[in-house]
Amino acid sequence: MEVPRHWRLKKQRYALVGEVCPHCSSKIFPPRDVCPYCGGEAKTQFSFSGRGQVYSFTQMTSVPVGYEQSAPYTMALVQLEEGPVVTAQLTDLGEQHVEIGMPVEMVTRKIRTDMDDRGIIIYGYKFRPVLAGPR
Amino acid sequence: MMNDYATDPILLKPNHPVGIIGYGAYVPRYRLPATEVARLWKGGEGEGLPIKEKAVPGFDEDTITMSIEASRNALKRAGIDPKEIRAVWIGSESHPYAVKPSSTIVGEAIGCSPHFQAGDWEFACKAGTEAMVAAIGLVGSRMAKYALAIGMDTAQGRPGDALEYTAAAGGAAYIFSPADEAVAIINATFSYVTDTPDFWRRPEQHYPEHGQRFTGDPAYFKHITEAGKHMMQAMNTTPADYKYAVFHQPNTKFPQRVAGLLGFSKEQYKTGLLSPMIGNTYAGAAIIGLTAILDEAEPGDRILLVSFGSGAGSDAMDITVTDRILEHRDKALKTQDYIARRTEIDYATYTRLRGKLTMR
Repeated sequence: MEVPRHWRLKKQRYALVGEVCPHCSSKIFPPRDVCPYCGGEAKTQFSFSGRGQVYSFTQMTSVPVGYEQSAPYTMALVQLEEGPVVTAQLTDLGEQHVEIGMPVEMVTRKIRTDMDDRGIIIYGYKFRPVLAGPR
Repeated sequence: MMNDYATDPILLKPNHPVGIIGYGAYVPRYRLPATEVARLWKGGEGEGLPIKEKAVPGFDEDTITMSIEASRNALKRAGIDPKEIRAVWIGSESHPYAVKPSSTIVGEAIGCSPHFQAGDWEFACKAGTEAMVAAIGLVGSRMAKYALAIGMDTAQGRPGDALEYTAAAGGAAYIFSPADEAVAIINATFSYVTDTPDFWRRPEQHYPEHGQRFTGDPAYFKHITEAGKHMMQAMNTTPADYKYAVFHQPNTKFPQRVAGLLGFSKEQYKTGLLSPMIGNTYAGAAIIGLTAILDEAEPGDRILLVSFGSGAGSDAMDITVTDRILEHRDKALKTQDYIARRTEIDYATYTRLRGKLTMR
């Protein structure tokens, strides 16, 4: 049971809340309070737009414990519009073919459940192909 | 004795006028054709199926994730700071937890936390409009400037049961505001509720039970016609005063028949009738019909909505669209955008997605 860890990470996981560096304006994700680009203190919250593109991807057939139910699934490195690259599952692919450079958008989804049906449900970001509509 | 609804002060009207400042729909991607259910359970008999196909959630979707997306769409249209939303109320019969609110997670994800009321509502398929009426009261009393009400479900039907053809996933979210900021004004609401055991699910049970034909006349038709008829009597309106009408839609036939009983034409109900394409989204069913209407309606158009929830009751709402709809509705995905996003699945995939396979 890892309830405290999931609770601590909820803002970044539910809504891609990271930080912006007040010194060099870099956008930081995940938040770490020290800017990885200029080394200055960076504690100002920043909500990422959730838009990005697939930087690279792979299909997972042999999956970690806790993820068996949704296998096989596609993991991707997603380059966010604001710069950082995040690792996340792709979802809602249907029959859609994944390509490097494919535009994707963040959605909040179930990641897995802790302790099967008795534990907490862990929610977090995944990315899906961009749906047609206003941006 | 018959009430005289034209003179009784029976309408629910807030002290200060209230409207909808933002709305959003959500429908998951996957579709199970009714012919697939018939193939498994009726030997392929395809005659008289209640809908064409129903929306099925993915592995990683539930009432919470779908509520988050619908609420984000509502926020895009409203254009307000989520911190100003002082209530997040979710009506559903498929809350992922028996104990732990869906609304705290949704509120946190969309940025409302921590100064807001959070609660989960339950009244079968009427839970969504129940939350909406409460939100109208909260804003109308000026206790809150904005309140978010959601009706969302990932409904389950027992394999082979009549409900399995239609029990679907989807719903809508509405942010209520003072009327002068609204894209649509709530003129009044009216409720009709009795103790009618037409459909229920006991604790610990996975699938609901229903009263077969008893679910029709004494439940669905009685409550919707009473609420709709008396709403119009109290508002001194006739069906001709409304450009659109939308009713709870458990299948294709019931809402069409009840529209006829109340005097509405196909022209008036066709925009909000989504059940043939997405199935019965339970607490989301009537109100996702309303998002489809708001996506198309013009300023000045009047809408009658009547929900229905088993147990049983109906909430009627009389709504007038304002000029502001034109500048707000294109700011988020529309209901038909989600309906058009469609991947057909077979019964085997459906059983896996819905967790109907037990591995141990």
